[in-house]
Amino acid sequence: MSNNGNVSTSLRLKTGLAEMLKGGVIMDVTNKEQAIIAEKAGAVAVMALERVPAQIRAEGGVARMASPKKIREIMAAVSIPVMAKCRIGHFAEAQILQELGVDYVDESEVLTPADEAHHVDKHAFTVPFVCGARNLGEALRRIAEGAAMIRTKGEAGTGDVVHAVKHMRQIVQEMKILTVLSEEELYAKAKEHQAPYELVRMVAKAGKLPVPNFSAGGIATPADASLVMQLGAESVFVGSGIFMADSKNFAPPEEAEKRARAIVKAATHFNDPKVLLEVSEDVPTAMKGLAVSALDEAQMLQTRGW
Amino acid sequence: MRIGVLALQGDFDAHRKRLEELGAEVVLVKKPEQLDEIDGLIIPGGESSTFLKLLGEAGFEKLKQFVRVKPTFGTCAGAILLATDVENPQQAGLGALDIVIRRNAYGRQVDSSIREGVFAGSPTEMVFIRAPKIERVGREVEVLATEGKDKDPVVVRQGKIMAATFHPELSDDTRVHRAFLDLVSNETQA
Repeated sequence: MSNNGNVSTSLRLKTGLAEMLKGGVIMDVTNKEQAIIAEKAGAVAVMALERVPAQIRAEGGVARMASPKKIREIMAAVSIPVMAKCRIGHFAEAQILQELGVDYVDESEVLTPADEAHHVDKHAFTVPFVCGARNLGEALRRIAEGAAMIRTKGEAGTGDVVHAVKHMRQIVQEMKILTVLSEEELYAKAKEHQAPYELVRMVAKAGKLPVPNFSAGGIATPADASLVMQLGAESVFVGSGIFMADSKNFAPPEEAEKRARAIVKAATHFNDPKVLLEVSEDVPTAMKGLAVSALDEAQMLQTRGW
Repeated sequence: MRIGVLALQGDFDAHRKRLEELGAEVVLVKKPEQLDEIDGLIIPGGESSTFLKLLGEAGFEKLKQFVRVKPTFGTCAGAILLATDVENPQQAGLGALDIVIRRNAYGRQVDSSIREGVFAGSPTEMVFIRAPKIERVGREVEVLATEGKDKDPVVVRQGKIMAATFHPELSDDTRVHRAFLDLVSNETQA
């Protein structure tokens, strides 16, 4: 049973949409042409952005919410849900995005944070929010604030899956540990994770997060999508990996379309190596990428968020 | 009774849980040949455009054959897939249920809502998420549930095919799924 008695109507609707996105691929797009390619390839949703994370990383400067005009164009071009990012703590950007009618807001570390201590109070909104997390404590703090979907942060814009893997493994392992602990140990764990006890207890009981858990940050190939899904992700966000040739240049549209189609199939058949081989053979190239191990701490996006 | 849930994408797991609660054996269907093993099929909520892409030509044809002979129940995106006519935008479908259905007819996610409708004569909670609306029902289609002041049809049936525009799998009320299982059980015995 879904035990709906304890959950507010608003949260049920917000997580309800996340349920519909399961087993799918959410693709970053910067214009309506890319959004149409994504929809045609079978994306379950698109994330409307001014620049994809690889470009943000390469070009620097302050990264903000995308221009509403551009988001509106993308919303008009496709029938699938459209998401958009606001800066961490920037509730005014979130208010604008809700007014615009986007289907999900990503309070994202990929943009330059607007608040060094507070995240957006997401309960105050009708539009659902997705937030990034590197570990269970961070995931539960975001859920306490009202996030209806969690995604691993990984390291966006690199095409290097290593930290998406690290964060998914971390969250899954921390959840497994909770399931075997006694009541008094759970109180101590809540302190350790800096997360509300009630949520810690909920995870201990269910063995999973109370909201869907997706993966993001460096997923670039069908095999990457399969990897994070086999590790426990329920869907994947693919950013720079589809539309970028390297951190500055877009891939040709027909190549982006091939990559998009292949990753969509990989997300569905994530545990079927035969299909994964087939779709991997159809993809000529992946984005050049940037090894996360070569990045300085200051260049990391994942450390943003508190 | 073996019930398949089309598991290409969407909330197939919520359907699986509900069916298991009701004592059915569940097969998560990802490959066309799995359709041969089941007595009935649920097409879940999700993105109908994504389903079509993932079915591919062969999967689509096989599914089209299946829904003509075996009981099938579609919720939300599943209802869209079963319809003869899809609007906003126009989209290919299995053409098994004589209805005109309009995608995202209530608006975007901020317009999603939980409302009370009437199923089989009694009040029922209905979770609508970016839901479609049935704009017209054919002569052979029976309306099993309605919602709102205009009594919009929200659960319909035509022969072996059932469809709901909302998500009974996201509510505690199990009656809509039980009605489908009854349909499958009658068909299997017949």
